[in-house]
Amino acid sequence: MVSAAEMLSIAAFLEGRYAQAFPSFGSERMGAPVMAFCRISDRPIRLREPVTEPDALIIQDPTLLHQAGLFEGLQLPGGYVLINSSRSIDELGIGSYVGDHAVTVAATELALRFVGRPLPNSTLLGAFAAMTAELRLESVLAAIRQKFAGKIGEANAAAAQAAYELISRSDTREKIHVEAD
Amino acid sequence: MWKQIEGSRAVAETVAMCRPQVICAYPITPQTHIVEGLGEMVKSGALAGCEFLNVESEFGALSVAIGASAAGARTYTATASQGLLFMAEAVYNAAGLGLPIVMTIGNRAIGAPINIWNDHSDSMSMRDSGWIQLHAESNQEAADLHIQAFRLAEELSCPVMVCMDGFILTHAYDRIDVPLQQQVDAWLAPFEPRQVLDPAAPVSIGAMVGPEAFSEVRYLAHHKQLQALDRIPEISGEFLEAFGRESGGLLRPYRIEGADTIVVALGSVTGTIQEAVDELRADNVAVGSISICSYRPFPLEAVGRALSDAKRVVVIDKSLAPGLGGMLATDVQMALSARRQRVYTVIAGLGGRTITKASLVKLFLQARADALESVTFLDLNWDLVNRQLSREMATRRSGPAAENILKDLGALPSKI
Repeated sequence: MVSAAEMLSIAAFLEGRYAQAFPSFGSERMGAPVMAFCRISDRPIRLREPVTEPDALIIQDPTLLHQAGLFEGLQLPGGYVLINSSRSIDELGIGSYVGDHAVTVAATELALRFVGRPLPNSTLLGAFAAMTAELRLESVLAAIRQKFAGKIGEANAAAAQAAYELISRSDTREKIHVEAD
Repeated sequence: MWKQIEGSRAVAETVAMCRPQVICAYPITPQTHIVEGLGEMVKSGALAGCEFLNVESEFGALSVAIGASAAGARTYTATASQGLLFMAEAVYNAAGLGLPIVMTIGNRAIGAPINIWNDHSDSMSMRDSGWIQLHAESNQEAADLHIQAFRLAEELSCPVMVCMDGFILTHAYDRIDVPLQQQVDAWLAPFEPRQVLDPAAPVSIGAMVGPEAFSEVRYLAHHKQLQALDRIPEISGEFLEAFGRESGGLLRPYRIEGADTIVVALGSVTGTIQEAVDELRADNVAVGSISICSYRPFPLEAVGRALSDAKRVVVIDKSLAPGLGGMLATDVQMALSARRQRVYTVIAGLGGRTITKASLVKLFLQARADALESVTFLDLNWDLVNRQLSREMATRRSGPAAENILKDLGALPSKI
């Protein structure tokens, strides 16, 4: 989770933008919900508070969907929601919370297929690049390769590319549902 | 060279370019990534001519640093929180002996209750130890201050702490201009010790001094800090010339022209304060801020000058002096000897509590209306406090306060 925010900031940096990524300052214990934040800007970033009104929300663990207040600060309309799930937004029953720019992608399954481990970070970033057009795929892939050396980096990059293509191929960016297979 | 890296990594790479000869460390959150990074560089050979010593405790870490520095080695270590407390005796010794060790503090709260997150209680506890204490606003400044710290420490033969906010800076990925090795080499001369343990020319260091001369030796510690007051801005200026950016110095004012209310703070909260100042200035609210980089020596004159035209001063203290208020606020009051201004102490950001721009904007407006208590606790949950106070009133055996409060919160304490 934390690495996803870090890689996102590296991708933005590679495009010449300012970026800040940091973990949540809450209790860290195995199994506890974890948050990480990323700000991207064309100007130096001075603010050091956690992001409470995100333009985009990436949810790695769909079991947290019913956590109170999860979508509270999401900037609607226009805010992006990307959920790691093999079910659609409608199937998840959260359509009314997430606005029109919400996508699910089976990132864990894709990660298992390409990386061999259920770590969806890179896959979600590939999907995020396709969904928002905020970052180019090449920057995301370069950030992934910077974070993970050698074969693991290549496998993660392949997973991200697959997710990018899945999302890009979908006809509409609205309430699309992309499956791993 | 621009990089998008973690603050700890930026500091590790920069410290390595200062060519330390001995690094000793004991891991403690949140400074661990710094010494881990340096350990890897020593092992891989990227940092040559440096001995990395794993020790058994923080007390050991600084004791080894004292020995290494006394033998003439450029010496570095890092710690935080309880680790700094465990070092305390050696902290005073390093300063008393005049050994130019540089130590990073990844600022973190002190227990009990145990808490791994940021505030300034740890370095504040050592504010009178005789070390110079520099606070970084950003990760760029944290990295840059280490280069300046070695120069300052070695010129004056005085140890320097570089304080950077734990997690908020140590664990944040930012865009950093990491200097080049040749730039640092050109700017930072090799260590020429003022005193050295050398078998060829034996001396002893650490004499016992009785009442006949103890005050005089102690005065010299004060004198050294006064010299640092002159050298810190000069070194910052020389750094600007060589590296092309402003870092360090005594303090940094922000939009104080015409401000009737000026906010004073240390460290990484500065950026958020400046955002709040901009928001208020856009509404023609005359506020400004200053961030203090050099907390020890404390720049009394420069602070007094920067605040001279303000009607009131709001001091954000990220540490609590129970029974008094805030330590930074106390020092700021000393800088305002004429006492024409009202000084509000605001205790904020304890144990990682977020300081938000929204809370700051509200706070500054309250200050301008002179509607603040002289000591204010930002965003304190008074209901929670009052319920615990009533439990204590109602029952003698009311139980441990921290546990009671967590239970009352229904806490899964994982909120931001």
